Amino acid sequence: MAVEQPTPAPVPVQGDQTRIHNIGYRSYDGPRLGRAYATRSLYSQSLRGAYGLGRSAKSKVLPMLLFVVMCVPAAIMIAVTVATKLKDLPVDYTRYAIFLQAVISLYIASQAPQAVSRDLRFKTVPLYFSRPIETADYVRAKYAALASALFVLTATPLLVLYVGALLAKLDFADQTTAFAQGLVSVTLLSLLFAGIGLVIASMTPRRGFGIAAVIAVMTISYGAVSTLQAIAYTQDATGSVPWIGLFSPVTLIDGLQTAFLGASSSFPGGVGPGHGEGAVYVLVVLGLIAACYGLLMRRYRKVGL
Amino acid sequence: MARVTTVDDVTVIATESLSKRFPRVTALDRLSVAVGPGVTGLVGANGAGKSTLIKILLGLSPASEGRAEVLGLDVATKGPAIRERVGYMPEHDCLPPDVSATEFVVHMARMSGLPPTAARERTADTLRHVGLYEERYRPIGGYSTGMKQRVKLAQALVHDPQLVFLDEPTNGLDPVGRDEMLGLIRRIHTDFGISVLVTSHLLGELERTCDHVIVVDGGKLLRSSSTTDFTQITTTLAIEVTDTDDHPDGTRAVRDALHARGVDTHDNSGLPGAGHILLLTAPGEETYDLVRDVVAELGLGLVRMEQRRHHIAEVFRDSDEQRKEAVGHGG
Ligand SMILES: Nc1ncnc2c1ncn2[C@@H]1O[C@H](COP(=O)(O)OP(=O)(O)OP(=O)(O)O)[C@@H](O)[C@H]1O
Ligand SMILES: [Mg+2]
Repeated sequence: MAVEQPTPAPVPVQGDQTRIHNIGYRSYDGPRLGRAYATRSLYSQSLRGAYGLGRSAKSKVLPMLLFVVMCVPAAIMIAVTVATKLKDLPVDYTRYAIFLQAVISLYIASQAPQAVSRDLRFKTVPLYFSRPIETADYVRAKYAALASALFVLTATPLLVLYVGALLAKLDFADQTTAFAQGLVSVTLLSLLFAGIGLVIASMTPRRGFGIAAVIAVMTISYGAVSTLQAIAYTQDATGSVPWIGLFSPVTLIDGLQTAFLGASSSFPGGVGPGHGEGAVYVLVVLGLIAACYGLLMRRYRKVGL
Repeated sequence: MARVTTVDDVTVIATESLSKRFPRVTALDRLSVAVGPGVTGLVGANGAGKSTLIKILLGLSPASEGRAEVLGLDVATKGPAIRERVGYMPEHDCLPPDVSATEFVVHMARMSGLPPTAARERTADTLRHVGLYEERYRPIGGYSTGMKQRVKLAQALVHDPQLVFLDEPTNGLDPVGRDEMLGLIRRIHTDFGISVLVTSHLLGELERTCDHVIVVDGGKLLRSSSTTDFTQITTTLAIEVTDTDDHPDGTRAVRDALHARGVDTHDNSGLPGAGHILLLTAPGEETYDLVRDVVAELGLGLVRMEQRRHHIAEVFRDSDEQRKEAVGHGG
């Protein structure tokens, strides 16, 4: 390695060869707000980022467009309800997200990779971990941010429906209960989808792969499960329909809310899980959320510096 | 400028028999060093264990054995407290290309716990101090390597740490950029009052910048001493003068005059041009003046006076020899 040759060097000129920046250095004596504050800052930066805020104009287009696409049907339904004086909303609160599941999948596929792949790809992660925040803080901030972004995406149209329903003078108690059930459902959906999206996206620093993989997992699993359920239903194996539903994120939420949140099932023939099977749905949903969190922790412990 | 380490000095970093073993390699092998305030260079070839040491000192990677303290805090238990007080500039790229330097450094300042307003103010100050002006509003993707290195440095300094770890900050820079970066590093201590641990695989560049240099090889401590000691064994001054009618052998005249003033010289006989080039060892600042005066007094022309830096490998050999000589004197 060593080429033993004396290196001629100029007579050293002591002092600065740097441009002298004529401003004195000021030290910082103000507050240092520590881990919790840093985690909150990362959360809000990531949440804003999930809608392209604080990023380039180009990165705002898709999330904003999908947000509008999510809200427009709700607005139309309200207009119809008010105009035609319907006695009930044309769609259940709990059914709305299932109805627009493709839009939600597209959103998570585009935003989960942007939330985590960039830090991996440009090796920014070590800069976070050289600061007071720990692996768990980073994972929690990112997970919470994406889940919140999904909640905004899925709960806003429900809010539009609810406000519209009250304006149309539909029954207050009925509407409030149904709206609350819808919110519980989209909360679980947000946590589940965000977890799955982040786990997949954090596997690869390549954003394109991340997007494709999330879309594949979300839509292929839903397509496959729906197809199998339809086959089972036509083959008179109705009893297996709820069990098949355990194998895709969308049908998991569908089954859970059918069993416990007063939703009508979108499974073939409306054969949703009963309370017994529903308990399994709850366990699987909560287990998956916990597993996603655990996998993310493991992933980032390995990234280290 | 040279800081002599004494027992009274505050210790900024201390390691005690620190080892790090990976399944296949021993990255650090019973390393014991003490680092005081000022600029300290950590020199070693690729794979010597420099980055591994920094990761342990940040409390991010547990040592296999031994212990270490940074600013008096144990790395094994006080990682978060250490990371609040130190800054870190990684050796690799770490900047997202699609945000501006300002946006990025503000975010990193907040990650260090600075409130929003303070984060913005400190970012503006720090970017100016590292020499980024108008370009700081443009996306980082369009920056030159030198500018990117400055942004990396800025994010390590933005929270006004007590100590910064700079992992190969001159990597990829051209000679001018290198000198500017080294000047900046010097100022981090002299003007900002922040202690620095800077790594490099070139001893030469750190010699000029650091108060103290630690040389590691294969995870082992090879040498730890103040740079004045280093200069003594590593620099040689080469002088070449013209001949005149009064002094037909200018070289000899200078040699005699220097001898008369108690400065030893040796010529590099055997090399081409031998006899015309005079070599002095152990030159301090005053030696330059002395040579200049002597040459002027004799009425000779100074063709060249240059410092010959030895390659790091030679230092290893020299220090080995010194160690052999020192046998019996202990430590
Ligand atoms: N996570 C790791 N797993 C296994 N071996 C590692 C790991 N990190 C470092 N090493 C090994 O430890 C040794 C020291 O590596 P280190 O990165 O500390 O060297 P370095 O002095 O920083 O070198 P360079 O000048 O190339 O940056 C090398 O042999 C390296 O291959
Ligand atoms: Mg290294």
